[in-house]
This record gives sequence, structure tokens and C-alpha cells, in this order.
Amino acid sequence: MSNTVLSLIVLLPLAGAALIGLTGFLNERFRHQEKLIGLIATSAVAIPFFIILAAFLQFTSGHGEHHDAIRFSIIPWIETAGIKINFSYHLDQLSLLMGMIVTGIGSLIHIYSIAYMHHDKGFYKFFLYLNLFIFAMLNLILGDNMAVLFLGWEGVGVCSYLLIGFWYEDMEKAKAAQKAFVANRIGDFAMIGAMFMIFGQVHSLNFADINASAGSLGDNAFWITLLLFIAATGKSAQIPLYVWLPDAMAGPTPVSALIHAATMVTSGIYLIARMHPVFNVPAAEPVLIVIAVVAAATAILAALIAIAQNDIKKVLAYSTVSQLGFMFMALGAGAYTTAIFHVMTHAFFKACLFLGSGSVIHAMHHYFDETHEHKDPQDIRFMGGLKKYMPATGMTFWISTLAIAGIPGLSGFFSKDEILANTFFSGFDHGSIYFIVWLVGTITACLTAFYMTRLTYLTFFGEARYKTDKHHPHESSPLMTIPLWILGILAVVGGYLGLPAGVFGHNAHILNHTWFHGLINNRDLEHTMHEHIALEYGLLVLAIAIAVGVVYFAYNFYAKNGLEGDEKVKKVFGSMYKWMENKFYVDEFYEKTILKPFVWAGDNIVVWFDKNIIDGVINGSASATAAVGDVIRRMQTGYVAHYALIISIGVVIIIGYLILG
Amino acid sequence: MGLLSLLIFLPLSGILLLAIIPRQYTYLFKWISLLLSGLQLTVFLAAITPRFIQGVNAGNTGVTNLSGFSLLEQLPWIMMDLGSAGKLKIEYLIGLDGLNFALVLLTLIIMVIATLSAWNTDKNVRAFFMLLLLLNSAMIGCFIALDMFLFYLFYELMLLPMFFLIGVWGGERKEYAAIKFFIYTLVGSVFLLLIMVGLAFSFTVPGNGSVHTFNMVYMMQCGPSGELLNVVKGSLFDTGGILFGMNARLIAFLITFIAFAIKIPVFPLHTWLPDAHVEAPTSISVILAGVLLKIGGYGVLRISYGIFPEGGIYFAWWIGLFGLISMIYGALVAMGQKDLKSMIAYSSISHLGYTLLGMASLQASGFNGALLQLFNHGISSAMLFLIVGVIYDRVHVRQIEKFSGLWGKMPKYAFFVLIAFFASLGLPGFNTFISELMIFMGAFSAIQAQHALPVYYPFIGVITIVLGAVYFLRTYRMMFFGVFNPVGSNNWEEKLTDLQPREYLMFIPLAILLVLFGIFPNLIISTMDKSIAMFMEHILVNGKALLEASKPAL
Repeated sequence: MSNTVLSLIVLLPLAGAALIGLTGFLNERFRHQEKLIGLIATSAVAIPFFIILAAFLQFTSGHGEHHDAIRFSIIPWIETAGIKINFSYHLDQLSLLMGMIVTGIGSLIHIYSIAYMHHDKGFYKFFLYLNLFIFAMLNLILGDNMAVLFLGWEGVGVCSYLLIGFWYEDMEKAKAAQKAFVANRIGDFAMIGAMFMIFGQVHSLNFADINASAGSLGDNAFWITLLLFIAATGKSAQIPLYVWLPDAMAGPTPVSALIHAATMVTSGIYLIARMHPVFNVPAAEPVLIVIAVVAAATAILAALIAIAQNDIKKVLAYSTVSQLGFMFMALGAGAYTTAIFHVMTHAFFKACLFLGSGSVIHAMHHYFDETHEHKDPQDIRFMGGLKKYMPATGMTFWISTLAIAGIPGLSGFFSKDEILANTFFSGFDHGSIYFIVWLVGTITACLTAFYMTRLTYLTFFGEARYKTDKHHPHESSPLMTIPLWILGILAVVGGYLGLPAGVFGHNAHILNHTWFHGLINNRDLEHTMHEHIALEYGLLVLAIAIAVGVVYFAYNFYAKNGLEGDEKVKKVFGSMYKWMENKFYVDEFYEKTILKPFVWAGDNIVVWFDKNIIDGVINGSASATAAVGDVIRRMQTGYVAHYALIISIGVVIIIGYLILG
Repeated sequence: MGLLSLLIFLPLSGILLLAIIPRQYTYLFKWISLLLSGLQLTVFLAAITPRFIQGVNAGNTGVTNLSGFSLLEQLPWIMMDLGSAGKLKIEYLIGLDGLNFALVLLTLIIMVIATLSAWNTDKNVRAFFMLLLLLNSAMIGCFIALDMFLFYLFYELMLLPMFFLIGVWGGERKEYAAIKFFIYTLVGSVFLLLIMVGLAFSFTVPGNGSVHTFNMVYMMQCGPSGELLNVVKGSLFDTGGILFGMNARLIAFLITFIAFAIKIPVFPLHTWLPDAHVEAPTSISVILAGVLLKIGGYGVLRISYGIFPEGGIYFAWWIGLFGLISMIYGALVAMGQKDLKSMIAYSSISHLGYTLLGMASLQASGFNGALLQLFNHGISSAMLFLIVGVIYDRVHVRQIEKFSGLWGKMPKYAFFVLIAFFASLGLPGFNTFISELMIFMGAFSAIQAQHALPVYYPFIGVITIVLGAVYFLRTYRMMFFGVFNPVGSNNWEEKLTDLQPREYLMFIPLAILLVLFGIFPNLIISTMDKSIAMFMEHILVNGKALLEASKPAL
């Protein structure tokens, strides 16, 4: 394919945003032509999807064993002595896969949003931001150098900011937006540090150059990888920077599905997979352990919080944090392709879950409007039995829940099992701490199955906890349910790209052994697995038992107890439940120990210092200032103006005389 | 008269024109000013730029090579007899190279915008626009003068109109702010004057040892082994010259550096800036931040580093340190400001601190970045001060906390503010990102280079980008999010109207430039990087040789 056609992948979403933005800015009537706006915006994402698909077909056909990335470049960016950065992109196995996820799910969510954002007064702005987001995200995942990646990295942050604060009149939402951006910026601090440490040594920001000379980084690889991981904790919501993601649910729900579940939040995982040769340097080994431990801690912390939440989106948000933790566990075990595998399956079922929750919120919102009740349409305590009125939403939500819980045969099962297997087998050769990581991961898997079943049950099954005599909630329009079905189907079949190699043989894992072969080198665990093949079967059985057992138990538990079930859960966890309910007071902790003192010091100490010490000392020493000031003050303003005039003219005359004379 | 002189004399001719137009045609004053600024910009873009680019492509880089300057104009001006010391030659010497081209362009752009922003001036209109034109000439002259006496003349000439523009057309505490500005700058220029006189006695024109000169290019020229070519042997600023028992050249670097540091401004010499900004009318703030401060950075480059290159090497650690302090400190104080204008003033201090870090790196990318940062900050800070002007014009309040929900009330204004804020906090795709990236590249590369900066310098510097996000977004949230709530008075509902055509005329070009130079930074970089490369060689090779030759250092 020609460079021009390929360039459209990146340029079309930008053009879409520009077109909608400019026309909307200038023409008031255009802002209400929802269908036209929706069509432009969706095409700007769907066409790139098909181009990437065509590139994918070209890539897979004909080239034989060794695939060369398809490259394209738009314009030079920064060019001067020692620096040469272009707007250039590559489509290799990793970028193709991510590109299809982003534009594919992106297109579906664009379609969904046409219905969801119907009658919103910021309709055109919403699609402008959404297109802009896709543009930034494509720069992030397709850029062939760190500078273009960083352009995308920051760009998605801005779009996320704008979309979280989309309903700008609500100050809480604005605060959430600001929190997200600042937390991400803290990560960017590390990102810039890593980027320039690399540049200082490799003298290039191209991934090909960096990865080729990863070995020469030596001990610096430790610091570089640590910084890259810190950067990833910002964008991909891990401890200690995860706190922005649950708040980010303030944005419209399609945004939560697209940005805060399927795409942007996985960019930290993409970054590490993209630069994995640096992580494979021996000096970086301790960093992998750090990643695994932080990831496990994040996963279980978020899962515990999710159990005690009643806001449907909050549960899904913490679930996302927890699942991102799983992905980082895989990275920490050096299983980079496994992490990407989970990125993909998670994108399917979590996008489906979020869109499903959007459908529910949409319906509950209308229902409460009709019945004139002032209740929170996101609170699952006011729901129940919704599958009767919303069969499509209910069905796809339930499928996705089973997928995330790890029911065998569905996508989540394969990817999660692979993550746990990789952490477990890393324990043999790479430090027994991986066994603990595995254990925590396994417990988290139980918790996941439990809280997701609870969420689905309390929302869709059992008795309705709202009056249904006159009004009842309605299923959403096909524009919303069709994307749900597509994602639901993907959540079922997505896992077959990566069947467990130990059980089905080497080649059954298409992703690892055919697709990523030669591009991404995972840390080699295969012989360890072969040595302990019985254990691998054991882990598989355990995973199946946990998923099936916990889902079965949780379903029946809530079927029997209904909302009262939560009371019993409370008893099981004892005093810890209060902590879970209050998100372990992490926000409050940050607020009290970091934010408040910092802002206070800035507002008081530093400003006071500037005013009284720096300015004061210099002013004080110049008592002459006062004297001169007096003289000037005595001159009346009008005279000063004339004085200025005379001086100016005088100066001009003198200069003129000197030059001409 | 050459094309470059035209840039200086167009506004001067405007002053004469304004002086003779009768009072009843007051409305013409602003039109004449605008026309002349526009004409200057047109001349620059249509006639000067092509010649300059041609020169650059032909390998004319200027800096230490007088014949390498584009559009050079060299006229004998004053020849003074110094008796036994020989003669002193002062020249009318102006020219363009990579170090000043971008800054002249910046000045011309900002002057057009500033004239537009002064459209509603109603007090002493004639004097205002005359002073504005005088300032215009002086700033251009300052950037293109290559004779130090001429430079100094323009440098001083800038002071007067600025003093009156703040002192007469300013806000409540205008006298205080104007005096403070005046005294700070005057102290700097007295320092500069002393060094200048010393330099004139130490340097002669090539080939004639009895004719002393102010020609800065001659002062920089070094031989193949790094020895000063045109110096008077044994004079004050010859290598080995002693001042107060210390190395005179290093002292001179330090003194000129401090003189210009006041203008940049650098911590702890910065407190005049917020006061001046807060009291100055919008158009003057735009010029102050957009152009005037840049003369500080430019002076450090051309004069401190150019004439005393060994000082740049010797003091790199300290220059970097004060750059860092300004970056972080400026941002911290900006965070605590309640007045929007003084927040932006402190953000300027933070952003201009970057330039020092870039220079301290002694890397080509750092210097390119520093010069580019001067240019970029000129554009973004001009836009930021115009933004303050918009609300101040309408309700005469600038307190951040008094505003809320402006997004709903003034959506178009909100849009431009968003662009300006994101550009200022260094978002990729906007111009500031490029220069900050290059500065960090320089600083990180400097860790491994010969003249090493400590490894923690660039990391501390990067903290600034987090702080920048905090104060810009906090301000944006407080003012633009939430529900519109007219705190001031009921009239706010009517007074706070969205942008008017004249304001679009200022905001749209600036917004376009922010993006244009973010996507196509090479438009500017290509005008400077060849000169910078030559300049770097001058600093590193000649500076190193001079430093070796002048041991003991201090």
C-alpha cells in the first residue's frame, strides 16, 4: 500500500476532529445535526480500521517467516544537528494488533455514542474529542520512535482530561479531570527521564535503534526500565498513581469504555512490550520483580475495593485497575505477549461491560425521569431483574462477566490462566517471590469472579427493586445493542488465538508462536514448564475450579440473599470491610500527607518568601527607591506624559543628528 | 539605507508623523502605528527573510565572521581621539545571523499584536503610540546591533518608553512598578556600561592596533589555537587580565550575565517582573513578556557567552543551578498566586529558567533549545497576557477565584485559553514542547559530555512539567469549569461577553503560530542551527583554550 493511503490511518481521525471542530465552531446549526456529525466521526475511525485490516492481510500473506514491518512517514518533525525525528510510523505485529483493537473498538463505541449522546448540548464537541483521542492513540501505538509515542501519550491524556470534564458545569467532574491529568503528568516526569537517559546513550529515539542497542545500556537499563515502569503506572493506573482512574468515571460512559478500559489505560503495557529488549537486559531483572509485586498488590487492592462498591461504574473501574494489574503481572514475569493477549481480551469484555453499564444507566435515567424519582441511576441497589426489560444488554453483560471471571472456553480464561501460569513458573528460576505473586493473583481471580457475579446478579437478575406497575426501564436502541453483541461475541471467541501451549501443543498458541514470533522474545519459561508439565495441568484445573466454583457460589449466594448478601459479606471481612468500602482511604491519605501540605507550602511559605524575603531585602536595601519614587510621584501624571514625549523626540533628534551628521 | 535600517527607521518616521497630526485626528494614531508595524513585518517577511535564507544556504552563519552576516550595514559613525591610547571607532553596524533572526521576527509579530491590543487606549493616545513606536525601534535595534555602543544605546532607549508606558498608563501602583522596573534595569545597564568601556579599551580593529573598537564580532574572533585575535596585549580583557585580584574576563562574564539575568529574569533578581506586569496595561505586558525579556536571554548569548566564552564553561554548574531554581521556584510561586496576571508572570520566570539550563548544558541541542524557547515563549506568553486582558477589559477584575463557569459563558474564549494553557504546559504538538524537549536533550546529553552537568540537574528540571500542569489546570478549573456565577456584580452577566472580532484577530494568528511551530519547528530551527553550531564551536574550542590560558581561574 502506498505511503499516502497508510498515512490516512493517522490523518483521517485528525481530519474528522478538525472538520467537526471548525464547522461546529463557526456554524451553530451544524452542532445539532447529530447524524451528520456521527457519520463523519465514525467514518474517520472506521476507514482507518479497514486500512489497518488491509495492511494486516498484506502483512500475513506472502512474506513467509520473516515479516518486515510496513512503514510510512508523513513529514519530518525535528531536524537539527544530532537530532532527527520524523512523524513516521510502523505497522509490525504489535502495532497491527493494537491498531485493530483501537480503531475496531473505537468504531463500535463511536456508533454507540451516537445514540448515547443524543440531545446532549455538547454533541459535536464529544465527537470532536473522540476523534482527536483516536488520532492521539494511533500516534501512541503506531509511532516508530519515542517522540511520536510521547505526542500520543500526552495527546490521549488531554483528550481524557477533556472528556472526563465533559460536563463542565459539575465541579466534581472538573476535579476528576484535573486529577487524571496531573497523575499522568507525574508519570510523564519518569517518561521524559527515561526517554532522555536513552537518548543520552543511544543518540536516537527510534525503537529499532533502542531495542537493537539495549544490550549496551548496561547498568543504566535498571534506571531506564524503572522510570518506564513509573511512567506506565501513571497512564495504566497502578499503585501509587492509580487513584485517578476510578474518579475518571465522571466522564460519559462510552468514554469510560473506550479510554478508561479498552485503549488508553493499556498504553503503559504497550510501552513496556514495545521496549521489552531493554527489560530483558540482566540489569533490569530486579525491575521485573518490582513490576510483578506492584502489579499483584494493585490487583488485589482494587478487587477488594470493588467488592464493596454499589456504583455500577465504580465496580467496573476498580475491576479495570485490577485487570491492568494482571497485565503487569505478566510483564513482570517477562511474558510480554501474554500481557498483550490480556490487553486484547480485556478490551473486548471490559468495553462490553462498560457499554452495557451505559445502556443500563441510560435506561435507569429515563425511568427515574418518568417516575419523577430522585435516585442515582448508577446505584445497583435500585436495580435488579433488568434482564427482563433489557435482554440484549443483560445477555451480553452476563457473557462478559463470565469471560472476565475466567469461565473455561471464554476469552478471559485463556489469557488469565496464561498470566498465572507464567508468574508461577517464574518462581522456579527467577526468585520465589513469583510464587507469592501467583498466590495473590489467584486469590484476586477468586475475588474477581465473586464481585463480577455480584454486580451482574444485583443488576440483571432477581427481583426488581423499583416499581414496575406504570413504567419500567426500556432496552436501548440498536445503535447501542449491536456494538454490545459484537463485543460480546469477541469476548467469547477472542481467547482462541492463544490456547495453552502446554496442553494443546506449541503451535496452538497462535499469538505467541506464529504472530509475535521473532518480534517479541518472552523470558524463556518453556523448559521449566516442560519439567513440571503435571503442575501446568494442575494450574489449569485449579483455574477452572476457581472460576466455575466461585461464579456458581456467588450466583446462588445472591439469589438466596439478594441485597442482604452484602451484609453477610460484611461479616466475613469484619472490620476490613469498612476500609474496602472507603477505598482504603488512599485518596484521603494522599490528600492529607502530600496534596494539602504541598499546596499549603506553595500558597504560604513560598509566596511569603518571595514577597518578604526576596523582594523585601532588595527593596529594603534600596531606600533610594523611595526617594526617587517621591520625586516622580510629585510630578503630575499629565506632566509626565509630556515629559515622556519630549524625551522621545529629543532622543530621535539626537540619533538622527549623529547618524546623518 | 539598507533593508535592516528600514526596520529601525519605519517606526521612527511614524513618531514624526504622529507628532504633526492635529489633535482632531486622534483615531488615526492607532491606524498609523498598526500600519507601520504591519509594514515592518511585511518588509521582513517579503524582502529580508528570502535574502537571509539565501545567505544561510550559502553557508553564511555570522557569529564570529563579520562577512557571514546577512544584510550587513557598516557605516562609520563616531571617531574619537583618545590621545595616547589611540582612537576609538564607533560604527553603525547591524546585521542578521542565526542568533537574532528569530528574535527580530518575534518582535515584529508581537508589535502588530500589541498594537491591536492597545486599540482602546483612550488616555494620551498620541503619546502612547509614539512611545510604542519608539520602543519598537529600540527593540529591533537592540537585536540587530553588532557594535556594542550601538547595542547599549538601543538598550537604554528601550528603558525610557517602557518606564513611561507603565508609569503613566498603568494600574493603581503604576509609579511603584515603573520605578522598580527602572531601577532594576538601570543597575543592570550600569554594570554593562563598565564592562563595555573596558572592552573598548581592550580591543582594536584587525590590522590596526591603535584604533579601538566596540565591534562585538571583533571581540569574539579567535585564532586557530584559541587566542584572542584583536586584543590589546596586556589590556584588561586580554587573557590573564586582572580585576580586583581576580580573572578579569571571568568577572566580566559574571557581571554581564547578572546584568542580563535581571532582564530574563532569573531568581533572585525577578521581583520587578510580577509588579511590572500587574501594573502594566495589557499591550505593554504583551511586549514586556513577548519581547523585552528576550533581550536578556539574547544578551547572555551574544555578549556573555560570545565575548567571554570561557565563562560559559567555567560557570556552567552555577548557570544550570540558577536556571533550575528559576524553573521550580517560578512554578511554585505561580501556584500560589491569586491574581491571574501575576500567575502568568511567574510562569514566565519558570519558562525562561529553561533557557539557562539549555545554555549550561553546552550542547548544540541545549543552545538551539534555549534560543527556540525564547522565541516560543514570546508567542505563548503574549497570548497568555492577552487572555488576562480579555476579562480585565470587561470587568476590571483579575482574581482567579472570582470567576467560575466561564466555559459556558464564553465558550470561544475558553477554547483559546485552553490552547494557550496546554501549549504553555509543554504539550507535544505545540511549540513550547519542542524547545523544552531540546533543552532536556541537551541537559541529559551533558551528563555524559566533557563539561558535565550533575545527573540530578535534568531530573530536577523535569519536575517543572508536573508543576506547570498543576498551576495551569487548577486555574483553568477554577475559572472555566463549574456554573457561571457573577460574583462581582449583576452586570457581569452582560459584561462578560465572548470574544469580539478584534480579539479574534489577535488570538487566531497566535494560536496558529503555537501549532505551526509545534508541528514544523524546522521553520525556525533551520534559521538558527548552523549559527548555533558555529557558536558552540566558538564556546567549546576557543572558550576552552582561553580557560586553559588564564589559569588560575578565579
